[in-house]
Formats: sequence, structure tokens, C-alpha cells
Amino acid sequence: MQPIFEATGISKSYGHILGCSNINLSLYSGEVMGIVGESGSGKSTLLNCLSAQIMPDQGEVIFRSPSRGEVDILKLSEAEQRYLARTEWAYVHQNPRDGLRMSVSAGGNVGERLMNIGNRHYGNIRTKAEDWMSRVELDTSRIDHRPSTFSGGMQQRLQIARNLVTEPRLIFMDEPTGGLDVSVQARLLDLLRSLVQELSLSVIIVTHDLAVIRMLADRMVVMKNGNVVEAGLADQVLDDPQHPYTQLLVSSILQV
Amino acid sequence: MYVAVKGGEKAIANAHRWLDEERRGPVKIKALSIDQIKGQMSLAVSRVMAEGSLYDPELAALAIKQSQGDLIEAIFLIRAYRTTLPRFGTSLPIDTDSMQCKRRISATFKDIPGGQILGPTFDYTHRLLNFKLLADGEVMEAVNQSPEPSSMPHILELLNNDGLIQQEKATSERPHDLTREPLTLPADRAVRLQALTRGDEGFLLGLGYSTQRGYARNHAFVGELRIGFVEVEMTIPELGFSIVIGRIEISECETVNQFQGSKTEPAQFTRGYGLVFGQQERKSIAMALVDRALRWKELGEDNLGAAAQDEEFVLYHCDNIQATGFVEHIKLPHYVDFQSELELVRKLRHDAAELEKASE
Amino acid sequence: MSNDYNFAYLDEQTKRMIRRGLLKSIAIPGYQVPFASREMPMPYGWGTGGVQVTSACLVPEDKIKVIDQGADDTTNAVSIRQFFEKTAKVETTTHTEKASLIQTRHRIPEHDLDENQILVYQVPIPEPLRFLEPRESETRKMHALTEYGLMHVKLYEDIAHHGHIATSYAYPVKVEGRYVMDPSPIPKFDNPKMSMCPALQLFGAGREQRLYAIPPYCEVISLDFEDHPFTRLKANAECELCSANNSYLDEVIIDDEGNRMFVCSDTHYCEARQADGHRGKRNRLDQEGYDATHI
Repeated sequence: MQPIFEATGISKSYGHILGCSNINLSLYSGEVMGIVGESGSGKSTLLNCLSAQIMPDQGEVIFRSPSRGEVDILKLSEAEQRYLARTEWAYVHQNPRDGLRMSVSAGGNVGERLMNIGNRHYGNIRTKAEDWMSRVELDTSRIDHRPSTFSGGMQQRLQIARNLVTEPRLIFMDEPTGGLDVSVQARLLDLLRSLVQELSLSVIIVTHDLAVIRMLADRMVVMKNGNVVEAGLADQVLDDPQHPYTQLLVSSILQV
Repeated sequence: MYVAVKGGEKAIANAHRWLDEERRGPVKIKALSIDQIKGQMSLAVSRVMAEGSLYDPELAALAIKQSQGDLIEAIFLIRAYRTTLPRFGTSLPIDTDSMQCKRRISATFKDIPGGQILGPTFDYTHRLLNFKLLADGEVMEAVNQSPEPSSMPHILELLNNDGLIQQEKATSERPHDLTREPLTLPADRAVRLQALTRGDEGFLLGLGYSTQRGYARNHAFVGELRIGFVEVEMTIPELGFSIVIGRIEISECETVNQFQGSKTEPAQFTRGYGLVFGQQERKSIAMALVDRALRWKELGEDNLGAAAQDEEFVLYHCDNIQATGFVEHIKLPHYVDFQSELELVRKLRHDAAELEKASE
Repeated sequence: MSNDYNFAYLDEQTKRMIRRGLLKSIAIPGYQVPFASREMPMPYGWGTGGVQVTSACLVPEDKIKVIDQGADDTTNAVSIRQFFEKTAKVETTTHTEKASLIQTRHRIPEHDLDENQILVYQVPIPEPLRFLEPRESETRKMHALTEYGLMHVKLYEDIAHHGHIATSYAYPVKVEGRYVMDPSPIPKFDNPKMSMCPALQLFGAGREQRLYAIPPYCEVISLDFEDHPFTRLKANAECELCSANNSYLDEVIIDDEGNRMFVCSDTHYCEARQADGHRGKRNRLDQEGYDATHI
């Protein structure tokens, strides 16, 4: 089997400041890949390069698209990138405000991607929005309310529903549990885990929180100063870290 | 009793006659002459020329007279006239180094080569009404002194020698002409400066002010402000060389701004630039502030979400002729649209009432 | 002024520039072509786009009709008609079927148009996505990539909150299955007239510097949902002067008590029907001494 997503030799620097250097990474269908590191380690730069939101200085990103076959994301025109981004990809932002339309109702938010791909039946769109709201454990009676009246955790679940409604092949997540209370985080993680299993989603998730990795990721890479210092199966890396930096991370965070 | 809204030709003709009478005012008082406006309201004339984009003090004065002193209306008259003029060619870039300055100051250096010239400025007048002017009081003549011939280099170039100020990139490209080609975005600096120099003084003043109050703050000093006459040269194809076709008065402001350096640039000073027809000090300073704020992208600064950094916002809204037309057009009849809204509201209310009845 | 200015005011260079833009807009139905709009001697927002298009299209043989809100005698219509009388010395008319070029603001005439006619619309905001996305750079991209989901989000929100699509004028349309287009602020009652229309329909937005077109016999579809189809909307009444029950009606307040009457918004259509002997409620009353002729 070939990976659905394969990045090779990704490098990006800002003047003299290194973003990330010569990163290789692949993802198989139905797999969750975690990228961990502290802030400034280059993980967000990497995620932005992988999702074609910024252009790396070097490298290629191959995506095996069900509709178009093998494509180098970075060589696509902006039009094609945007088309992929709203059909076969999804992007869950850390701050739900960046991923939602705050002045549009919850139902409209979930329905937008459906309408984007040509769905023109109001009733069906609404039914699907309700279905997805309940799948992310949101009260469907709030379908006509604006996200601004939702709590942070509810907004984040709404953002996830909005992204998953078109059943994308590949999902990028940037600290999806960041900025939430601990109890809310736990519930959201639980939800994400069951969605990942149920829908066999392929996910690349960036986080500084090893608990998120433990719960969700099959494989992981650890980044420091723009480089990958360790990579492997998530459980293996967490239980038996080899690199001193990973050891430090694991010992400092997982002492629960 | 109901009055028909349908005005028709007669109403328009009568309205125009009335307007004409109002403009003239009491006939017992002598009418203003164009020379009086040109000579005694020269700053208003400057503004009309600058925002009207046409350097012609006589026509600007006429427009002010015709518009009863409504300067935006006067600018509009000039713009509408300007469009109809054929374009013979383009002048060479003016050389502000060789300006005959009537005012030239720098806030960044105590003394400067060529000297600080205060010139005719309101700056240090006490803003007290001069009641002598009520009684046609004559004023003192200015002190005359023959100018000392000395060169007046641009102050910022002195910083340039030390490499302390960011270099402007010269380009041989013909700049986009805002009055002949549609505005497209992103716009380069030449286009932005064209839009700003035609832009509404009040709008730019407010935007410039907002940068000082923290909305994209870029701490500016007036490196140099100079006002005076420059010669305009044009190459005549038949002659094969350039000749002076006239003199224009302009105000030029260069600001020096702090810059901490970015991902791509070392720490240095940067510039904002303002250039306006006539004596228009306030406008030229405000223009320089806004120009500098709009340069965040090329300098690798952060977008702070401030209005003055937003190219699309600034360029689409700084033109007062566009703004005044669209703001005022809502007084035109809209009764067809309003009628359809009326029907819609009725229908929505009717449906809601039906729904309530059904649920009872 | 007619001696000082070129035929139909604009110089020939400018007209050529506008005609090039118009040709492009006809070649790509519904696509907004940027053009270097000139400053006109009337304010932006008052029809400068339409006036420039008309000026670029006029020939001395033309017979021009100008309407605003459907009426030939509203002030702005009169003003624009006088402008072309002065600058182009063309013949003017109020008869829809006799005009070779009709410039309009906010209405499409009731009388069917034919292949020899051009209908010029004055457009305030040409961008149908503008109130959903204020950035021009972004909306142009959305058009280029046919990213029109947002437009339906707006309609979805209307239905979710009101039970209906609550857009009653400037109702967005899709032209020939490709570009979503703003039909200018005509009531949605007029939308169906745009589709398969034999006349050439040209749109000019002066302040926003855009031209667009619907060539003859193009399919123009008003956006909707399958289960919430587009509907026309007009007052549930008939014209009280000519008894027409299929024309768009204005509601006119007729006295200090706030009593109203409904009359055709298309003044020429109404007058022609009355000349043909059609009589509405108010006209029948006339015979009993009620004077409504001033309306």
C-alpha cells in the first residue's frame, strides 16, 4: 500500500531564522500522525507547508487524491489548491473563530461545504447539519444559533462538524484542544478519538500536548529547532524515548 | 395633500435657477471675482487642484465660485472637466531637489544644509481672530530679502549616505495610470501614491492620525517638508529634447520612521512620502503617514489589522468624489426596491401570523 | 455645451476603450470586466456607469429612452435624458417598443424587448458577493474558482431565520451556468425577464469600474434551493389606473390619512394600456368626478 500523503525534503526559513529543515514524513490512509514540539520548534511552519498555506523553500508534498490521482500539492495552481482544500482536505484551527463564520448560524456553518460542492436542497442540507451536530454532541435545537453564543468547547466541536461534513480524506489539525479547559479538552479528545476510529480518518495533528498524542496518534515525530529529532510509533516513542529531548518532554509532561 | 414625486423637467429647470440665485447671494453686494478667490483663498484653490488632479488655479477658483465654496463640489467640477481633456503626453518626473522653496523645514535636524525656512505658515500664529480684517484692515508687507543662493539637498539623502535609511528601488517601468486604467489589487506603490495624492484630505488626515494613536503605529518624524515651485519639463517629439512647459507649486513631505528590522531587512530608518499640488502641508504629512503604513508588506512588518494598513480599504474609500456620489445617491428615488421590501415584510408577517393561528 | 464636447460627451478613445470592455463582457456572459471608468459630469452612484455604456453604444440614428424606477419622468431619468439630448442630439422617446436603446435604473420594462434593442442597466455594486466578502481580491478569486457556496449560505440563513429567501431586489442570478451576477437593484419580480431575452443587456458600474453583460438568448437562473424555489413577488393588487394585474406595482400614498393606491411602476406601460381603453378602479371613479389625473 502507498501512503496517501508523502512529504520529502521540506525546508523553510525566514531570513536567518530557520522554520524547519529537510523534513520527511508520510501518512497512510486511516492513520493519525502527531507532530510534537514546544513553541518555536517549527511544527506550525511544517503544518503550514504541508497544507500549502505557505510555500516551503524546498521539498515536495505528494497527495494521492481519490479524484485526481497523484499530485504534488506545491506545484498545483492556487485554484487547484483551494479546490482540494474545500473538498478532499479539511483544516481544524486552534482558534475556532479562525475556522468558523461567526455571523452565520451553526447550521449554515456546517452546511457551507455541502453548498460549496453543489448541494442545493435546503431540507437535505439541514438534516445533514443536524446529523453532524449530534455526532459532535451538540444540541440540535441550537442549529439556528450563531457560534458566538456557543462556549469555546462547543465552537471547537462545531468547527470539527463543519470540516467533516463532506467526509474529507485528509485532515490537518493545529492544536485543536489548545485554549480549552482541561475537562472540556478531555471530552473533545474522546470525541475526536471515536470519530477517527469510526470514520477511519487520516489526520496530521500538531500539538505540544503529549496527552493528545497518546490518545489519538498512531505515529509521531518530535521536532526541535526545525528538525525532527525522533520519529516512530506513538506508544513506542512515548514509552521508550530515545532522544534526550524526547526524554525530557516525556518526563516533564507525562508525570501524572 | 399628496404631492407628486415625479418632478420632471420643469422642476429641474426651476431648481437650477433658484440655485443660481442662492449662489450669487444678495445682488447689492459685489460679486466675487476669480482673481479675488485665486489671490485670497489660495489654500482652498490648492486643495481643489490637488484633489481635482488638475493644476489650474484659474479653473479651480472658478469651480470654488460656482460651487458656493463647497470644495468637494468644486473638486467634482474640476474632475469632470479634466476627463474631457485630451492627453498630449507625459512630463518628465519633476525634480524637487531644485525646488524654489518658500518653506522648508526638518524636524529631525536642528540645522540643515541650505537652512530651515519657516515661510508663510500658520504654525506659530496665535489663533486669535483678527478683527481688523472685519474692517478691511490692510496688513503689513512681508520683509523682503534676496535669497542666498545655496543648494537644498533632500535631508533624507544625508541619511542615505550612511546607509541608515532604506533604499527606494528605482524602476524603469511606466507607472500604472489610475485615471486611465482600472484599479487592480494588489496595487504597487506608484498606484497607491496616485490614489493618496488625489484622496480626500479629511479621510487621509483621520487615517494618518489613527497610525499615531496606535493603529499600525510607525513612529514618524518629519524628515523634511518643503513647499515651493518646481519646473515641469516635457520632451517634445518633434524637437527631440525637453523644454520647460511651466511651473507648479507643490508640497512635499518625507517622513523618517523607526524600523526595528524584520525577517528580511536589517534595522534602519524607513520613509513615508507625500506629494501634493499647491500649498497643502497637512495633506502631504498625512499622506506620508498613510503611505508608510501601507508599506508593511514590502518591509516584512506584521499586519496589525489597522485601517491604514489595509490597501483595499484605503484605496477604495479615499476618493471623495466616489464617496460623495455614492453616499448621496441614497436620496435618489428607491421606491421600487422599497416596495419589494414592503411586500416581503408583509409576507413574512402574514406567514408568522398564520403560523401562530395554526398553533393555537 | 453640445458644441464643446464630442458626440455623446465621451471622446472617441474612451469610447473605444469601453467598447473593448463591452465586447469582452459579451464574450464572457456575467463576468465583471474592469474598465477605466471616467469621471462624468454627474455624481458617482447616479448612473455614471450606465451613462458611459450608453455613450459608447450610441449612434446618431438611435432613439433613446431613460427610466428610473420604471418611470420616464423621475428627476434622475429626466436629467440623464437631457444629458444625451444635449450632447448627442439623439431622438428620445418614452415608448419602450420604439426605443433602440433604453437606459434603466432599478426596473426592466414590462413590454417585451426585441433583438434590435439594447438595455443598459445602471449598477451601484456589481459584486454579488460583496456583502458576504468585502475584499475585491477575494471575491475575484471566488468567481474565478466558481466558489459560490457562500452565496447559498446567505440564502440558507434567510430560510433558517425567516422561512423564506428574504432578498427582494438585487436578487443574485447565475448566467449561462457559470458566473453568479448581480442583476442591479431591480425587484426580483423582474429577474425572469432577463433570461432568454432577445435584447442585448449591458451593465455599467462607474464608481466600481466594472462592465458586464447578458448577450441575447442567454439562460439566467435566479439562485434558489430545490425545495425553496425562486418566486416572483409583487403587491397582491391590480393597477388602479389601467387595471393591469401582471405588472409591477408602486404603492402611492394619496392623502394625509395614509390611504394608498397601487399603480404600475412602468409609466409607459400604464399609459399605453389606458390609451387602449383599459380602466382601473381609480379611473372609473373619475367619471364620477374624482380627479386623479395628476398622478
